[in-house]
Amino acid sequence: MAEKPKRTPAGAPVGRRAMLGMLGAGAAGLAAAPYLQRGWEGFLGAASQVDATGITGLLPNPGGFRYYSVVGSVPRKNETNYQLRVGGLVDRPRTYTLPELRAMPQTRVVGDVVCTDGWRVDKTPFEGVKLADLLDAAGVRSEGAAVRFRCFDGAYTESLTLEQARRSDVLVALNMQHKPITHEHGGPVRLYVAPMYFYKSAKWLSGISVTDKVVPGYWEERGYAVDGWLDDAERHNDAA
Amino acid sequence: MPSTAGSTTPSGTTTRPEPPDRVRRFSTAERMIHRATGWLMLLCLVTSACLYIAPLAQLVGRRPLMVTIHEWSGIALPVPSLLGLLSSDFRADLRRLNRFAVYDRQWLRSVRRRRTSPEARPAGKFNAGQKIYAGWIAGAVLVMMFTGLLMWFIGLLPLVSRTSAIFVHDCLAWAIVIVLLGHMRKAFEDPEARLGMRTGHVSRSWADRHHARWLREESVAGVPEKADTV
Repeated sequence: MAEKPKRTPAGAPVGRRAMLGMLGAGAAGLAAAPYLQRGWEGFLGAASQVDATGITGLLPNPGGFRYYSVVGSVPRKNETNYQLRVGGLVDRPRTYTLPELRAMPQTRVVGDVVCTDGWRVDKTPFEGVKLADLLDAAGVRSEGAAVRFRCFDGAYTESLTLEQARRSDVLVALNMQHKPITHEHGGPVRLYVAPMYFYKSAKWLSGISVTDKVVPGYWEERGYAVDGWLDDAERHNDAA
Repeated sequence: MPSTAGSTTPSGTTTRPEPPDRVRRFSTAERMIHRATGWLMLLCLVTSACLYIAPLAQLVGRRPLMVTIHEWSGIALPVPSLLGLLSSDFRADLRRLNRFAVYDRQWLRSVRRRRTSPEARPAGKFNAGQKIYAGWIAGAVLVMMFTGLLMWFIGLLPLVSRTSAIFVHDCLAWAIVIVLLGHMRKAFEDPEARLGMRTGHVSRSWADRHHARWLREESVAGVPEKADTV
């Protein structure tokens, strides 16, 4: 940058130092992030208890959910107009209303919600109908090998293998944190796939259909892993 | 001084006669660099707000579109400056921004002591604050770009977890927002400075007042006025 000091004596390269200093701080930040983050989360957790303004939700790594939608606007559904269609390669396709789902045996799963974007909400309780129960009620035909989920936002899709779908920690969830799931959180009915990243837990669930092979979902067509398993490090972050 | 004959000569692009009370501060290339960088930065900030702030995310949705715009405007952010290296005016100003003169330290001392008179804050073409700002924002944009790429291409650098990259990206984003607000506030407070960036020219009295050493240094260095463009 200073190849031609014409007449004026070249002073200290403070501009370059500011830039390199920032680069150094960035590198140090990356190296120290795991430690800084833990302290920061603790601080935020304490701060959000007394924060009436909700401003802590704007800071990095807030202890809470973030709203993601892939479309511009999502229709709102409630007990009067919500429907869940179960079909595909099954013997008894049928449509459930919200009261019908509520009348079925309910299961509680407590799991960590982990987004690929770095936010997480640990030990979140979900209640709802086990996906396995709905599949059994419909009677999966022998050629069925996977499950495809559709959403009433009109765009989002997800998928699981039949084996994954039959796990006992995979719910068609009606409640989250002991309250009916709100529209912002994907209510009235969403999927909750406890052992996987949260993008697998489709919001605004409207259709379950059994297919003969896995059809990649919305984000999976955009580069995400079809199997979104959380590894142990993600689920139990307390050590390390 | 003969008055410029406006009707016959088409407004010259190479050597426009300088009005006696106006001084050329930025070349066309420099102003285009600034404008393009500003718009790209704004795109980055608006799309990040739509991705990050819950009420906006609920209003706008369209996550893949916002992500794509954010990623590409971020990647493109350094491009105007890199292209600008072809301009000798821009390179000369980068040299000016880089080097600290003795009076720049006096400028900083005056800021610390909250002395606001122009006499207490001597400056060349750029004052000490502008120099530090330019260096810092250049570094910050590079860090944002690097951490952004780590989030975009998962597993690019197995040593750094995506969560760490996001943490640095988020924290630095807020720092940039605060610093940029300061940058815009300074511009908002000084219409003549904005005029300089918009038209390329400032009044001689403004230059003498706020950048007293600038014109003095240029004439000492044997460059009476930068009338030539590349």
